[in-house]
Amino acid sequence: MVRVIIEFLGGLDVIVKKQRQYKVDVQLDGKDEINVGDLIQWIVDNLIEHEGDVNVFLENDSIRPGILTLINDTDWELEGEKEYVLEDGDVVSFTSTLHGG
Amino acid sequence: MTETERSNESLLEEIENLRVENAKLKNDLCLERSLNNASDLPMSLDEFKRYGRQMIVDETEGLMGQLKLKNASVLVIGAGGLGCPSLPYLAGAGIGKIGIVDNDTVDTSNLHRQVLHDTIKVGMLKSESAKQVLNKLNPHVSVTSYPVRLSNENAFDIFKDYDVILDCTDTPMARYLISDVAVNLGKPVVSASALRTEGQLSIFNFDNVGPCYRCFYPTPPAPTSVSSCQEGGVLGPCVGLVGVAMVVEALKLLLGVYTRENFKPFLLQYSGFPDQTLRKFKMRGRRVDCPACGTGRTVTRESIESGKINYQSFCGSRNYSVLTEDERIDVHKFERDYWNSSKTKPYVLLDVRPSLHYSISHLPNSHNITVNELRDLPADLNNLQSKIPHLSADSEVLVLCRYGNDSQLATRLLKDKFNLKDVKDVKGGFFKYIDEINPSLPKY
Repeated sequence: MVRVIIEFLGGLDVIVKKQRQYKVDVQLDGKDEINVGDLIQWIVDNLIEHEGDVNVFLENDSIRPGILTLINDTDWELEGEKEYVLEDGDVVSFTSTLHGG
Repeated sequence: MTETERSNESLLEEIENLRVENAKLKNDLCLERSLNNASDLPMSLDEFKRYGRQMIVDETEGLMGQLKLKNASVLVIGAGGLGCPSLPYLAGAGIGKIGIVDNDTVDTSNLHRQVLHDTIKVGMLKSESAKQVLNKLNPHVSVTSYPVRLSNENAFDIFKDYDVILDCTDTPMARYLISDVAVNLGKPVVSASALRTEGQLSIFNFDNVGPCYRCFYPTPPAPTSVSSCQEGGVLGPCVGLVGVAMVVEALKLLLGVYTRENFKPFLLQYSGFPDQTLRKFKMRGRRVDCPACGTGRTVTRESIESGKINYQSFCGSRNYSVLTEDERIDVHKFERDYWNSSKTKPYVLLDVRPSLHYSISHLPNSHNITVNELRDLPADLNNLQSKIPHLSADSEVLVLCRYGNDSQLATRLLKDKFNLKDVKDVKGGFFKYIDEINPSLPKY
């Protein structure tokens, strides 16, 4: 089990019951280590309310272009993306890219 | 218009003209005085006085820093929600040369956030309106307005004379173009965006080593996921704060605060609600395989100017054409045969706008189920009947939204998913109805 904070910023909270931050215990059967890829699937299974909103979050099994993923306030590209193994206290943030001005 | 109203209007106009003339004379006087000053000073006495409060801040390095700003030039693309708050601070700080690119005109719906413009200026070019304000604010600054839409053809020519580019635009298309041109000309971009209560800010192509917009966003977002301020809304002070923050970054670039050694790619994320926060995310550097700034570059000046790089097709556009012509009616037919018809055959009027929109104004006796609700409801007529009790599979349903886009998608859903037989989209939506039939209803 790993205890993490998940954030949905830039308006992305609309797909997760309009709640911007979740403090959750993530437990997956038969897994000692939980990585960010697992967490993304867990979010789809547990937090996204409407099936129709999954494609707002994912495209071709990965995070949709236009959403930045951050692990402890750092671009996930610098942290190993889906392979990053979560530790207690980690903060994983997803933010929509904004375009207005 | 009555005679009195007309003469009032001409008086107001005359006062405004006198005000402009007066401001110009004051500016001329101010400049003249500064020219008459001892010629061995690097700035006029007026400028010393004007910039004193910022020159005594350590970070500006005093007179030396001020002269850097005086000799600097900044191009602001977009004189809207971000451009309006950033422009006066650039002029106030004494940036020697400021350019403003915007081909849009001032609309009443801009004024809650685009506070350089005002009620009298509705209909005026935004670039011209902004230039007027800056000229009044600081006559020592030279301001050039470019009342054009930035394009593949004109961007290089406009950018070439400026040190720093501020991207205050509102579409991914413009953002890719600006970044690409800046990379090709070796200029840094301060890029920001805002929507609803949030904003984002980054620096691209810092000193020709920092990442560019394409490094952050190699694949453009699906057009359906891109929300404009017109569509999603925006709070004035939230976008305003981000616009002001852009100038802080521009000053750091011009004063040489950032160096190759200390600059780390970042994205600032501002949230206005529930608590105000400004987070700094550490971001990726340049992508080696970036087509604009990487090793095998294909986004070159030649490929941009020739139109080979087509931003429109790269970013795509939304497809609302999911209906045939006989599944749609125009607002005149709607008024004549339904809304205002004496035949009063029963029909259901369904407004699919978000509920906040609907609560601002709507047609009486209409029902409100949003297009997303239609998408998310299980495909069973009962689910619609719980909201519209007298609805049956044979009911005639007319669908309305704000501009007539979502209503097309909703019409398709009602017919294909809920198996309603007789559904029609009202072309152009509620706003078209207001424009062409009943202008006494509130538009927002």
